[in-house]
Amino acid sequence: MKLSENWLREWVNPSVGIEQVAERLVMGGLELEIEPALAEHIDQVVVGLIVKAERHPQADRLQVCEVDAGQTAPLQIVCGAPNARVGIKVPCALVGATLPGGMAITEARLRGVDSFGMLCSAKELTLSDKSDGLLELDADAKVGQPIGTYLNLADNILNLEITPNRGDCLSVLGLARDVAALFGVPVKRPTQAQAVVEGHQQLKVEIESLDDCPSYAGRVISRLNPKARTPDWMRERLRRSGIRSIQAIVDITNYVMLELGQPMHAFDADKLAGNLKVRRAAAGERLQLLNEQSVVCEHRELLICDDKGPVALAGVMGGLGSAVHSGSTRVFFESACFAPTAVAGSGRRHKLFSDASYRFERGVDPGLQRQALERATQLVLQICGGETHPVTQAGRSQPEAVTIRLRRSRVSQVLGLEIPAKEIEASLSRLGIGLRAEVGDAWMARVPSHRYDLRIEADLIEEVGRLYGYDRIPARPYAAQLAPSRPQESVRPLIRVKEQLAARGWQEIISLAFVEPGLQQALDLQAPSIPLDNPIADNLSVMRTTLWAGLIPAWLYNRARQQDRLRLFEAGVCFRLDGETVVETSRLAGLFAGRALPEQWGSATRPADFHDLKAEVVALLGNAARDYRYVAESHPALHPGRSARVYRGTQACGWLGELHPQLVASLDLPEAPLLFELDWEAIRGVGVPRAAALSEFPSSRRDLAIVVAESVRAEQILDCVRAAGGELLTQALIFDIYRGKGLAEGDKSVALGLLFNDASRTLTLPEIDTATSAVTQALARELKAAIRQ
Amino acid sequence: MSNDLEQLVQGAQADIAACADSRALETLRVELLGKKGRVTELLKQLGGMAPDARKAFGEQVNRAKEALSAALESRGDDLAKVALDARLASERVDVTLAGRGETIGGLHPITRTIKRIADIFGEMGFEVVEGPEIEDDFHNFGALNIPEAHPARAMQDTFYVLNGERLLRTHTSPVQIRTMQQRQPPIRIICPGRVYRVDSDRTHSPMFHQMEGLYVAEKVSVADLKYDLQIFLSRFFERDIEALFRPSYFPFVEPGADVHIRWQQPDGSSRWLEVLGCGVVHPKVLEAVGIDSEKYSGYAFGMGMERMAMLRYGVDDLRLFFNNDLRFLEQFR
Repeated sequence: MKLSENWLREWVNPSVGIEQVAERLVMGGLELEIEPALAEHIDQVVVGLIVKAERHPQADRLQVCEVDAGQTAPLQIVCGAPNARVGIKVPCALVGATLPGGMAITEARLRGVDSFGMLCSAKELTLSDKSDGLLELDADAKVGQPIGTYLNLADNILNLEITPNRGDCLSVLGLARDVAALFGVPVKRPTQAQAVVEGHQQLKVEIESLDDCPSYAGRVISRLNPKARTPDWMRERLRRSGIRSIQAIVDITNYVMLELGQPMHAFDADKLAGNLKVRRAAAGERLQLLNEQSVVCEHRELLICDDKGPVALAGVMGGLGSAVHSGSTRVFFESACFAPTAVAGSGRRHKLFSDASYRFERGVDPGLQRQALERATQLVLQICGGETHPVTQAGRSQPEAVTIRLRRSRVSQVLGLEIPAKEIEASLSRLGIGLRAEVGDAWMARVPSHRYDLRIEADLIEEVGRLYGYDRIPARPYAAQLAPSRPQESVRPLIRVKEQLAARGWQEIISLAFVEPGLQQALDLQAPSIPLDNPIADNLSVMRTTLWAGLIPAWLYNRARQQDRLRLFEAGVCFRLDGETVVETSRLAGLFAGRALPEQWGSATRPADFHDLKAEVVALLGNAARDYRYVAESHPALHPGRSARVYRGTQACGWLGELHPQLVASLDLPEAPLLFELDWEAIRGVGVPRAAALSEFPSSRRDLAIVVAESVRAEQILDCVRAAGGELLTQALIFDIYRGKGLAEGDKSVALGLLFNDASRTLTLPEIDTATSAVTQALARELKAAIRQ
Repeated sequence: MSNDLEQLVQGAQADIAACADSRALETLRVELLGKKGRVTELLKQLGGMAPDARKAFGEQVNRAKEALSAALESRGDDLAKVALDARLASERVDVTLAGRGETIGGLHPITRTIKRIADIFGEMGFEVVEGPEIEDDFHNFGALNIPEAHPARAMQDTFYVLNGERLLRTHTSPVQIRTMQQRQPPIRIICPGRVYRVDSDRTHSPMFHQMEGLYVAEKVSVADLKYDLQIFLSRFFERDIEALFRPSYFPFVEPGADVHIRWQQPDGSSRWLEVLGCGVVHPKVLEAVGIDSEKYSGYAFGMGMERMAMLRYGVDDLRLFFNNDLRFLEQFR
């Protein structure tokens, strides 16, 4: 909300500059910025009266005017504005003036006619973004007076941003109250007489529920002058609040809203049928609004209805049919309090945002309606004339009193410092909160109706703290009361594994948790994914079921930027639906594409393959790696011959492998990346190490070469070797695999290294030979292995 | 010393000095001092000598033997050094050539920021707690004193799933609700995590990271909050930070405040910059989770991890965090 400083100072005038006022308000919880009322200083522009206007002899579009600008003689000024005519007062830039934007006014000759100045539009004075013709001023404007003085342009605009609880500050009155409280100065309320009621026209107003509309005041004013012009002072104040002048009646309702904080609505009383009712909408009720938008009510919106049907969406916008127009002479003014809950839904649901709904959503003083109506009446009579009719008051004429118990001990406890009782009393009374002392160092506080945000003791404590100043509350070194956490050594923190991956050359990424549904489905065919009801874009419309849906786009993004070897990983939650239940699973996933090693000298370049990836997966499993098995199962997104499911005992923990060639083709990928994805909860446990005794005796190694069928897996060979090797065999590894020349088609030669050791003695040769031959026999027997000599 | 012996020694020393490599030197050593070497042979003459002459000659030969041994050893050392120098010279590599093997990766700057902040709070006795990202209305709004139609809901435009049944959490505050539902005070936790809001432009990402902090115990006050946050900010930026607490509003705290820090601009001037929101836990929130708001009080705070990372590392575009461009990420190795 924007407000004029001058206007505010009419109500409250602390003897400090506006910068200090602003700083104090900011420190009091009201965010605001100050901007000048006019971007540039205007000099040598005065009020001028057009006394003569004739058509330019050489140009149809121009007029030659004589303008009384308070000089000794009228000025001849050539003007092209269509509304230039005798009798109007307009801003007149004298020769020597420089307009905002740099235009210098000099004596000029326009199509052969001399011109001594320029008549100005609002836009030329930067009072408006656009204008159609000259800015017409009030008839009583004083000729020759500098326009800056006349329009009171030496002013600042306070641009106020309130938090949702401080709707009470959305007016001159409201802001003045807070300024008064913060500076300890009084609010000067302009005196206001009640209008004399002459007529007796009265509409009945019925309220369905006081919860929706606690108070409704309204009155008819008839015999209005439809030609009445909004005076310049009011136009200027509206302009400074960013509100365009429309017509006097509407301008007055807006003015009262800015001044007192009460949104008002003006109905053309001749367009209303019968009496009014404030009620919730029935399903399907329709209303065409002022902005010509039609709304269909489906959510029990709060309406103002006459005998024929809806005439306004309560607190948001009036209907088109009953709107005041340029010929309206009999108007019904509405000054009502609608509950935030009754208004907020309507505005948001129909995407309607008005100054009124902005205020009602945040709350409007339930004790303000009558006063605002009287103020509007006063202004209407002053500007449009007319006959006043009696006020209709429905609902509560007085808001319910609110009292809150406040304990001094609680104030000290919450703020963390002792504030003397006198200071608490003084602070709160400056806010208009009446305190009555109770026994036990407590008060009963009576909250004024405009502070509907104050409902509990903590609210009052905040007010005390706010006025005292948060910056004055000392920081207190902590003596924290703690329940120490219980870290488990057997369960790794994720950050440790991330750091490990980073140390091994993997780069962490973070991608959005909503992904492209097509990619997701391709990667995770059967997963019951969760679509967003309101996605921001089609390609971000479903919650990921696999981290691959983020890793693949990240890979492609970087590949398009000449990064063709990538090791990316991400840790995050994946989402799926299990029946009706949302299941969130923490996962750790990676993508490896390009060369096995970074491009470098001295080592052969080859693409990364399954086993490069597997080494990485094994490494990240840490101390527990030996508990895992890799089973050739098929995943729809992975190459069936180059992928494995990871098991820990019987628990499946994830997958690793190469992306399926069909997916590579259908997703139009440049190559097949290697992927892994592991369930973090399943792999994070690593147990606590138990140290075993070390042997002090030397180990002996025997190497074997065996020929087995291609279908025999390494795991089978090693399982067989370990089972046959007995206790003396401490380690078995495959250190080479050979296929080709010298071997039958479908066979492979596997080189095995066996390490024998005993903790209590050095093994003898016969012992080692016996153990080795047990291994070779078992291999021959169980895997049909031939031993190569 | 006899002339013969003297000549032998002189000749041998010349031979030793002339030896070009260790093999030749070894051959020479055998020839001189070996079992059948020329010096050894001389000793064999001792048997036929008179006792007096024998003693004198014996001493002479032994001296000659020692001299030659020393000469051989010294020459041997010289030769070994030359050979080593030659070998070292031949084995020289180009140390400016790049190292082989894998390079190093890195953590995402947001992970790094969360870790730093969690470490700082960890030392102050805060425990990390996490919670679900798909939430229900109660935990994300209701229990936090944000009823239906509250303007604060509009401040946090919400992503919904399952036809509005559930939502993507708009802040990490539901984690404090879940924690307080499960535990009794004292509670001292931080809750980092992803949050979601319907908003996407240069300064807003539909997904971002927050960290919530909560301390509930007996007699927790604004004064405690100010101290803890002041300490945190100074630790995070590794310098004294001038912080300003301004009244503000969050439905789940009362009193509430924004914390602004004095921030140096590139042009040398400084301005107040908002970095986090905080306050004393609203009694209604404590009541919603069954904690006695008369006995206990607490403070809560929340901050954006992207914002903290941007300030700390001089990142000026929020979108960089989620583009995953390696050229950006690699700067945080």
